[in-house]
Amino acid sequence: MMWLDTIVQGILLGGLYALFAAGLSLVFGIMRLVNLAHGDLIVLAAFLILVLVTALGLNPFVAALVAIPVMFALGFALQYLVLNRTLGPDILPPLLVTFGLSIVIQNALLERFSADSRRVSAGALETASLQLGPINIGTMPLLTFLSAIAVIVGLNLIFYRTSLGRAFRATSDDRVTAGLMGIRPDRIFAIATGLAMVVVTIAALYLGTRANFDPTIGPARLVYAFEAVIIGGLGSFWGTLAGGIIIGVAQTAGASINPEWQILAGHIAFLLVLLARPRGLFPRAVD
Amino acid sequence: MAVEALQSFRVETRTRLSSAFLVVAIAVLAIGFAAPLFSSRVVIQDLFFILTMLVLAQCWNLLAGFAGLVSVGQQAFVGFGAYTMFAAVILLGLDPLVGIVLAGLLAALLTVPTGFFVFRLQGAYFAIGTWVIAEVARLSFAQWKALGGGTGTSLPSGATRDMFGVRWIADLFGWRASQATDVLCYWLALALAAATILFIHRLLRSRQGLGLAAVRDNQEAARAVGVDPRWMKSTVYLLAGLVSGVTGALIYVQKARISPDAAFSVTDWTAYVIFIVVIGGIGTIEGPIVGVIVFFVLRNVLADYGSWYLLILGLIGILVMLVAPRGLWGLFTDRTGIQLFPVRRMLTGASTTKTITGGTHG
Amino acid sequence: MALLETRRLTAFYGDFQALFGVDVALDAGETVAIIGANGAGKSTLLRSISGVLANGADQVLFEGRPVGALPAPEIVALGIAMVPEGRRLFPSLSVEENLLIGRYGRAVAGAWSLEGVYDLFPILKERRRNPGTALSGGQQQMVAIGRALMSNPRVLLCDEISLGLAPVVIKDIYAAFPRIRAAGASIVIVEQDIGQALKVADRVYCMMEGRITLSGRPSEIGRDDIHAAYFGTKTP
Repeated sequence: MMWLDTIVQGILLGGLYALFAAGLSLVFGIMRLVNLAHGDLIVLAAFLILVLVTALGLNPFVAALVAIPVMFALGFALQYLVLNRTLGPDILPPLLVTFGLSIVIQNALLERFSADSRRVSAGALETASLQLGPINIGTMPLLTFLSAIAVIVGLNLIFYRTSLGRAFRATSDDRVTAGLMGIRPDRIFAIATGLAMVVVTIAALYLGTRANFDPTIGPARLVYAFEAVIIGGLGSFWGTLAGGIIIGVAQTAGASINPEWQILAGHIAFLLVLLARPRGLFPRAVD
Repeated sequence: MAVEALQSFRVETRTRLSSAFLVVAIAVLAIGFAAPLFSSRVVIQDLFFILTMLVLAQCWNLLAGFAGLVSVGQQAFVGFGAYTMFAAVILLGLDPLVGIVLAGLLAALLTVPTGFFVFRLQGAYFAIGTWVIAEVARLSFAQWKALGGGTGTSLPSGATRDMFGVRWIADLFGWRASQATDVLCYWLALALAAATILFIHRLLRSRQGLGLAAVRDNQEAARAVGVDPRWMKSTVYLLAGLVSGVTGALIYVQKARISPDAAFSVTDWTAYVIFIVVIGGIGTIEGPIVGVIVFFVLRNVLADYGSWYLLILGLIGILVMLVAPRGLWGLFTDRTGIQLFPVRRMLTGASTTKTITGGTHG
Repeated sequence: MALLETRRLTAFYGDFQALFGVDVALDAGETVAIIGANGAGKSTLLRSISGVLANGADQVLFEGRPVGALPAPEIVALGIAMVPEGRRLFPSLSVEENLLIGRYGRAVAGAWSLEGVYDLFPILKERRRNPGTALSGGQQQMVAIGRALMSNPRVLLCDEISLGLAPVVIKDIYAAFPRIRAAGASIVIVEQDIGQALKVADRVYCMMEGRITLSGRPSEIGRDDIHAAYFGTKTP
């Protein structure tokens, strides 16, 4: 039954990667912007939660609730004041500015928090688990996975059932005509990035409570997130979840053979999917 | 009359200043070559660092600035080249110089499979795709136990001392072998930098270079006039991989100690390189030269401030990209119109020269 | 005072000047047509009024207020809606969503709502779940008009709505105009189809090379005048 356990743990890990990836997918879907600082923003949010937990003695889940509006505001301001200026036909400015931002966030965190590993304590939840037949499922991994599903359902509802979602899609289709509808694209983009930061904060909650983190681990999270998005197919949130699960299962399977192969196995799974399906598993019809 | 007017035009890429600059460039090269005779070992090591970063910056600039291929994974080729050289010396007992040549050849070969993957991705996704490849390379080399696995290894003592030419230099100038090794590495770096710049300059002035500019500006239009964008991009990708591999090997001959995290470091071999190009001015040959000097000065000024150094470098990079996207050199040419390595074609003759030379590419 | 007017309106695309001091006026309840050959500046005029192009503030007046420098979303909020050239439906949105998004910048009560638009163009109700771009050209044009109406505009700007459509379809679409007028919108249409323009408009402006070359009531201007104003073949 080892293999079944490996797959289940991999799927649950995939939930975490889907959370990393959903924000990236959202922002790319709307404004074709790849934020190279995405991973570092997750780490930044994890440190914010850590500070709230240690300084105010909050429960990590409450701390995340407090962090959400802060991160939304940060995302909104970042997009409105900085990233909107970089959007255009040339892909270099957004890439280079977000790459610079990644370096800035990493080193600001190093300066403030040092390179020590940290962890947000979730109390008894950390060790709690459910016994399902032969398989032991950790409560935190399960919560992570359920949160990923909730986030994706929520994003789909916003995207396809609300006026804001229509504005997202319309702006993504045609910015000038969206303006004729009374939509302010720069504000829509800022809201989108703010929303992505809300998802980032939820991801950070689980990143911080499930394992150790330090200021330098952001870029690796960005790479996992990116792989999940590409595997899933650009613009599909459920595809992003599938992509996260594939990376998660590949990593857990790799690690079960040799712990040193965990990350490598994830990357190789990504390259194999890229080989077979260059546009991902669930590409959007309109691209 | 129209025909007569047409005949009085000439297409040129050279300017009078750039011809004068050629003389200066040769003089700089000569002084650079002679530098070890009157400079301390520390200065030579600094110059080696500057020159190798300059070569990497020129490669990245060729990719991103001229071919529109924004790679965040050139460390794959730096690290691969370095490890190839180590493998050649440690496992095959070859001379490190042979290792450097092998590094270039194998890095060029490596671009074939990696290019096969990353060229399936467009734009921003190409960028992260190159990064994934570099990560795969780093993790794979960490598995190679014969070369020290995750902790890395050192060149056998004496390997660089016995390197071809070192004894000869040491005897000629009366230096110790370690100093002669540094000087030899420095000369190789100087030659590599000069050759890279000369080659890129030639490439951009050639027919192929025009095709490259066309591909960057409009892929569809370029295809329509018979330029094959895939072929152009693949060639540039291969060349940048080759030169980065050679540079990586050279850097690690001098360092003599390797580990996967250092050899495939995204900060050292890509982040710094991007800042050099962005600050200096992307899409020009002069930009990386200006950038590497600014970078070196900043590094020395901020050396004692730990992570503040990178933080400030990042902020400067962001600021330059937002305020002056063509970098310091771009600001300078806008003010003065001076180009030292002119690659754009200019129409001269008649009286319209002035109006036509301005802003041919954006 | 005119509801909407332009005064010495100039417009540029980079270094290229497209309008050279254009004066047009639209009174409340009126329908005005702007005709002219390709490249005469008709679309530029609408793009300037709708805020897609920025102009000098007092080059465009709405109820006497300078609005020339306002961006498109603020113009929509004032009650000036545009049916853009080429329809420009959003491919990611269904027909109904395309209509709904017309209310995004100005959700005011009035004659036009989903029901009102479906009543005007019943075919759209049948196809409301389809992607906007899956419709025929004429149906797409109906969506584009309906989308603009959803904001209950005081001024409706229509850019080349007959372009590329069969005559019978054009007739269908123009049949909706009396009801649009009756609901209270003043209308500016840009047309290359002169016959159609003269039929629906209270007044006509003719443009050539970025200038107004002729204006008047359809009944007052003859074919020769239009021909001259259109092509500049003879001095009027």
